[in-house]
Amino acid sequence: MKPNPAMSSASCSLQPRPFWPSWLAGIALGLVLLLTFVWTGHGLGATGASTRLTAALAHGVAPAATEGNGYLGPLVKQGKPLASWISWQVLGVAIGALAAAWQAGRLRVQLDGEHSVGRGRRLLSALGGGVLAGYGARVAAGCTSGLGLSGAATLGVAAFVFLAVFFAVGIVASRLLRGV
Amino acid sequence: MMTLPLNDAGMWSGLVCGLLFGFVLERAGFGSPCKLTAQFRFTDWSVLKVMFTAIVVAAGGLALLRALGWLPADALFVPSAYLGAAAIGGALVGAGFAVGGYCPGTSVVGLMSGRLDALVFLLGLLLGTGLFAWGWSSGLEAWTLAGELESGDTLQEAFGIPDLWAVGAMALALVGVYWLGGRMERRGRGPVSAAEAVQGAHPD
Repeated sequence: MKPNPAMSSASCSLQPRPFWPSWLAGIALGLVLLLTFVWTGHGLGATGASTRLTAALAHGVAPAATEGNGYLGPLVKQGKPLASWISWQVLGVAIGALAAAWQAGRLRVQLDGEHSVGRGRRLLSALGGGVLAGYGARVAAGCTSGLGLSGAATLGVAAFVFLAVFFAVGIVASRLLRGV
Repeated sequence: MMTLPLNDAGMWSGLVCGLLFGFVLERAGFGSPCKLTAQFRFTDWSVLKVMFTAIVVAAGGLALLRALGWLPADALFVPSAYLGAAAIGGALVGAGFAVGGYCPGTSVVGLMSGRLDALVFLLGLLLGTGLFAWGWSSGLEAWTLAGELESGDTLQEAFGIPDLWAVGAMALALVGVYWLGGRMERRGRGPVSAAEAVQGAHPD
């Protein structure tokens, strides 16, 4: 099939569309957050869903131990740990991100960081970073979205403490070792 | 008259708010671990600019709704002021972000834009949550309650700072972030472009 010249500069272009400028993305994100608060009474999050997924998976592998666990037990006792607003919200994030990436020509299957630090090291850094973030988000009862972003919008003191330490440690840690 | 918030806990509010959230995060470039971590190297200030702008817009909007009397002062969920827990958690999530390249929410965006390392990060996230739950009864519960600020959860309750003042101060700081960030981006290699992000991280 012959390439259609009218298509080549737009939807079939190999060049991905540029990102939104930060001010525009920031205002849009602020309005989405505002809408969420007015509509639901709370902000946006992420680890509420991953915690519920952990409970569901652990319950599948070791039901008795999970039911007896002080943290995950209460989530599985009612039967459906994933049945919660936050699970729908994270599913929405996935759909929205997929649509945005696909529409802008930014969907590409890759192991990002493979070329900069190597495949083995990237797999380790991604896994280790996830473990640290998952553990930390449970200690703080929230992550960058749920505690940092949403908490700061309600002028919560804990959110500002979280964000200040998050950035300070992030700057130091990225100097000590490169994961991407 | 309709009272705010609507306190809708249903499927549609979750899907719609999440969809918009994910869409905007991807548009900002936050599916790319290279772009996200460049904030910590000060070469790309998108993370701080976008987050801070969003906080000022949302906090300003909420403060305005309260000032107009449309939103009761205690109607929204505010995180409890366990400041020690917030600091420990912030340190761990910050380290995880710097090393792993994502935070929990942006790892979903990374995965949906085709990044398999984001899937590995998400597996780590579940593993970390499991490790935490495992240690819960042997002392971790105390960590989550560490350093409680007893005077209150918000800047207003804890320190008597009026909402509109707090928002005004943040708006001023935001101007400083754009000024300093723009300056450092011009001096350094500059923000990670969409083309670079799609190609994946490369050695500098």
